[in-house]
Amino acid sequence: MTIEIKNLNIYFNEKTKLQAVNNLSFNVKKGEIMGLVGESGCGKSLTSLAIMRLLRKNASFSGDINFLGENLLNLSAKEMTSLRGREISMIFQEPLTALNPLHRVGKQIAETLKIHTSLSKKERKEKTLELMNEVNLKDLEDTYKKFPHELSGGQRQRIVIAIAIACEPQLIIADEPTTALDVSTQTQIIDLLKKLNNKKDHSLLFISHDLDLVGDLCHRIAIMYAGHIVEIIEKLKDAKHPYTKCLLDAIPSPLHKGKDLYSIPGRVPTLSERKSGCPFAPRCPMAKEKCHEILPELLEKKDGHLVRCLYIYR
Amino acid sequence: MIYFIKKISIMTFTLFLVSIISFSVFQIIPGDPALSKLGIEASQEQIDILRTELMLDKPASIQYFYWIKNILKGDLGESIRFSRPIKELIGERIGVTLSLGVYAILIAVAIGIPLGILNAKYNNTKFGVCLSIFSQAGLAIPEFWLGIIFLIVFGIIFKFFSLKYISFGDDPISHIRILTLPAFALAISRISVVARHMKNIILEEEEKDYVRTAYSKGLSMNKIYVFHILQNALVPTITIIGMLTAGVLGGAIVVEQVFNLPGIGTLLINGVTTRDIPLVQVIITYIASVVVIINFLIDILYKIIDPRISI
Amino acid sequence: MNIKVKDHNLIIGGVILMFLLFIMGVSFFYLPHSVTEINTKLKLSPPNFSYLLGTDNFGRDILSRLMKGSQTAFLVGIISVGIGSSMGVLLGAISGYFGGKIDEFIMRITDAMMAFPGILFALMFISVFGVGIENTMIAIGIMSIPTFARITRSGFLREKELEYIKAARVRGASNFRIIYHHILPNVLSPIIVAATMSFSNAILAEAALSYLGLGVQAPNPSWGRMLSESQMYFMIAPWYTLAPGIMISLTVLSLNMLGDFLREHQKR
Repeated sequence: MTIEIKNLNIYFNEKTKLQAVNNLSFNVKKGEIMGLVGESGCGKSLTSLAIMRLLRKNASFSGDINFLGENLLNLSAKEMTSLRGREISMIFQEPLTALNPLHRVGKQIAETLKIHTSLSKKERKEKTLELMNEVNLKDLEDTYKKFPHELSGGQRQRIVIAIAIACEPQLIIADEPTTALDVSTQTQIIDLLKKLNNKKDHSLLFISHDLDLVGDLCHRIAIMYAGHIVEIIEKLKDAKHPYTKCLLDAIPSPLHKGKDLYSIPGRVPTLSERKSGCPFAPRCPMAKEKCHEILPELLEKKDGHLVRCLYIYR
Repeated sequence: MIYFIKKISIMTFTLFLVSIISFSVFQIIPGDPALSKLGIEASQEQIDILRTELMLDKPASIQYFYWIKNILKGDLGESIRFSRPIKELIGERIGVTLSLGVYAILIAVAIGIPLGILNAKYNNTKFGVCLSIFSQAGLAIPEFWLGIIFLIVFGIIFKFFSLKYISFGDDPISHIRILTLPAFALAISRISVVARHMKNIILEEEEKDYVRTAYSKGLSMNKIYVFHILQNALVPTITIIGMLTAGVLGGAIVVEQVFNLPGIGTLLINGVTTRDIPLVQVIITYIASVVVIINFLIDILYKIIDPRISI
Repeated sequence: MNIKVKDHNLIIGGVILMFLLFIMGVSFFYLPHSVTEINTKLKLSPPNFSYLLGTDNFGRDILSRLMKGSQTAFLVGIISVGIGSSMGVLLGAISGYFGGKIDEFIMRITDAMMAFPGILFALMFISVFGVGIENTMIAIGIMSIPTFARITRSGFLREKELEYIKAARVRGASNFRIIYHHILPNVLSPIIVAATMSFSNAILAEAALSYLGLGVQAPNPSWGRMLSESQMYFMIAPWYTLAPGIMISLTVLSLNMLGDFLREHQKR
């Protein structure tokens, strides 16, 4: 187990103490690609920031995040700083703004090495070129000297990935890394991530709202809704939770030709609108009266398959 | 390249407008310049001859044309009161004002930038509020009043600084000592402007994505400030210096008066009080042109420094 | 009372300004001593019970002169901001709303005007039209036109693309109605902030001009002129120089603080 999250709660410190993430629990095994899927506002990005302890000052949290034998939430700022980039790293959604516009990209990769290793300047450059090669960049010497705005979106994202793998971390968190890219580049980046994961055996937490993409890439998938995890499965076709099934139905496919596109009625509740009971109850086609009152537990239905629903494991 | 050419043409046009404004305003003056130059005793004939010489009988646009033509050739006309070429008068005194201006801007930047960084770091804390109020006070205090107080307290009472002007050529150290009081008087309010600008820029930059990336790499907060945020914050700060120039030149006019420095400012005030129109006209055009040119240079400099934009 | 740290601008600025307005208000009805009466026996006396801020070189009460001077300061402020804002907003609205060549033209002119550092413009005006309080007010007013023009213009540029304007046009509203009735109320926020700042600038400008002898002339009272009169007596009567300087600083400070507060709480 690379990382285990237990009962993570994230609140916003404003007057009403709105809860963004409720009692979140899941884990990621060594070498595994774990998907974290959900619509905007469900709290998946917040979770990743919580792991990195990069939440804004107005957010507070409780729970355990056990990583390599330590609870990350108990570490001092200095200890956490030393972990970042070295044992845990992150890949961000928008590579253009994620890179410093005034620094050359090669230098930005080398910076990670400078912080965490004792390599000389020359050695750092060599290693950087190696990394750039690993992420399938071409014209290495040339690209090394370029500024972020001089590269294409795909190239920039590869730089971000190179930064993330530079120190061979145990856990890489990818927060919607392909959302800002066009479809063909998306496929390339996904393939790259697959290849790197095979080669290096790190754990990858892949956050996305694209169920299709995640089904392709990930060994296991956790589906989030309104701050809760509602299902954890290995294969999407085995999905049992009403929300997951609705999401699957909503994916356009040639099979639905001629029919209306399905979309889940209603919308995701805002933080202040969340009520007691099952979070999905207001929109669930199978909801009964009890669903609005009781919050179901996340229970193991079969091996490795967890569901949060009162009526699935009857 | 296109950007450069565009900027130059805008600058030229603005300079043109500046000269038109300067020229036209003074056309409104009642009274006869020839008469004021020659005095009441002069005969009508003498006045007429002078009028033709000064082209006062021609339409305004022709007068403007000749005025500009002379200026571009280097002939700035003659001062009524001093009866000397204006070019000489300005040449003698421009050094003082320039030194004072540069000195004041240097102080403003040297103190303002660190102050702004502090302000950003301690934002929303009691200390930050104190710094803020301090900054505000700096902006509110009239610089000439500050000048008077500095002059008397440090110049006369404590005799830290000498009061008689010495040029750079004669004695660099004394020159800097002399200008220190007036430069500080000018700089105090500008420090506030620079500090506030820095603070706002830094706070903005802190929210940006690349800062989050830097944190995720494991950089400490201090290193992020120095190696990432500051660089990005300093680039737009250059434009502030352009804004400062106008203010400093304007303030210098009064501060020179307080400290009795032989600069362009005192010359101008002199000209206004004695109604020496040719002198006033040229000096005002001159100062405004300097502002336009410096802003242009700053624009170009900005684009060179920011790699995102190519010239 | 839940005072937040960030409200300090409003509180401190507001309190000081109200105090100053109070003094000004009182000055219309009551002054501790006469402003003009010369009393050479009492000249340059330090602050005491009768003359709270001391006397000047003519034996006149400094406090009373300060109070009367506040009338001048606020008058100059109001008139010049009035001139600057009315002309500036008009130009900015036309420039921003109609765009094209008109916009270019107006913008180039305001650019050129902004090249003249504050005092310079006023000096230019005064050397043509002469000294005195009226010319001072007009000069300072004209000085602030470019600022108002720019702010109004950017507000208009922003608003005119919005849906509700298109809707108004479709309903057949005339240009004038759109400008005056629809857009203008929505761009008032930054204009008011600019007005506050211009007001404080005007006070500083008038003080500088009067100090140079080119602004408000005797017998009209002026803080700036008091400063120039007091300069040579600083060693023996520092209160004479300090009092008007502090008044100017406090007035400008309070206005700036309120302006900052308004700026931070603008309607987005």
